[in-house]
Amino acid sequence: MKIRLLYFARLREQLGAEGETLSLSPATVGDAVTVADVLTALRARGGIWAETLAEDRALAFAVGQTFADKNATVNEGEEVAIFPPVTGG
Amino acid sequence: MSALSTGATVTAGAGAKANMDDDLLRRYSRHIMLEEIGEDGQERIRRARVLIVGAGGLASPIALYLAAAGIGEITVCDDDEVDLTNLQRQILYGEGDIGKAKTAAAAAAMRRVNPNVEVRAVGERLGEENAATLIGAADIVADASDNYPTRHLVNRIARKAGKPLVFGAAMAMEGQMTVFDGRRAESPCYHCLFSESDYAEETRCALMGVFAPLVGIVGAMQAAATLRIAATPDAPTLAGRLLLLDARDMRVREVRLNKDAECPVCN
Ligand SMILES: [Zn+2]
Repeated sequence: MKIRLLYFARLREQLGAEGETLSLSPATVGDAVTVADVLTALRARGGIWAETLAEDRALAFAVGQTFADKNATVNEGEEVAIFPPVTGG
Repeated sequence: MSALSTGATVTAGAGAKANMDDDLLRRYSRHIMLEEIGEDGQERIRRARVLIVGAGGLASPIALYLAAAGIGEITVCDDDEVDLTNLQRQILYGEGDIGKAKTAAAAAAMRRVNPNVEVRAVGERLGEENAATLIGAADIVADASDNYPTRHLVNRIARKAGKPLVFGAAMAMEGQMTVFDGRRAESPCYHCLFSESDYAEETRCALMGVFAPLVGIVGAMQAAATLRIAATPDAPTLAGRLLLLDARDMRVREVRLNKDAECPVCN
């Protein structure tokens, strides 16, 4: 299945992308994917991905433009936004 | 508009007594003309007390617009001094302010714009010891601070005090903005969005840079939200919607926020 990912603020700089289309094989994720599954797939790339998206990092997620926790379901073709807190003022 | 030419005491709608004199009615006439504000709304703006946490890039337009628009009492809290690197975006300050306490220079700038506004300069960092007093004395809190712990502190205390918190943040080319409405139990808070215990990489302007008008845009939106709450306390706000603003292409994405049923701050 394919989902659309969007990265915001410093994630863009660190991951070097504004977003991407992620393909997950049904063999590994089954037919119900959660935000946590998406994160696991991204962290598996290692390096900056594992570091920037590590479990203890303050990150927020939106699925289809609604705030979602890591257990939220992501459906085929849906958009998942990942954004860190912007703290500057 | 006949009110604009009448004497010192003008009877406003709904039996409320307004007490703006002719000069004030003229000064605020362009707001009074608006259906969304009117004389009653301007009178409420004139009686509102706002705390601005921080005196940097976001606070600059917030303070200037709130002073110009006639907020009754504006308190600015920050322990920083004006530095040459601030002047690229912190439009409260000029060359002659370098080295001065930001809050003192901010107060002078606001008084220059509008001497009718009561301005309080608190040259301290907002912390556990002064937050409850400062937030308790305000009707509306604008968070223009620059770090994660302060933002959580402001959120926690404002929520406890039941005050609306007008949140804005900006770094590099992107900003975030919303209202966490402590007056309403159903409104989510900052902690619902980002947990205080999680590690937030603090990216500083000194390292990341910040696009000058970005803080102007986000700060002006905070000023607008603050004035709306002051003028029409019952009108719908941005609460429950987080704006993610990208100054590269001026795209604004809106994320619908939900209250976290397990949030320790707002439940
Ligand atoms: Zn909360």
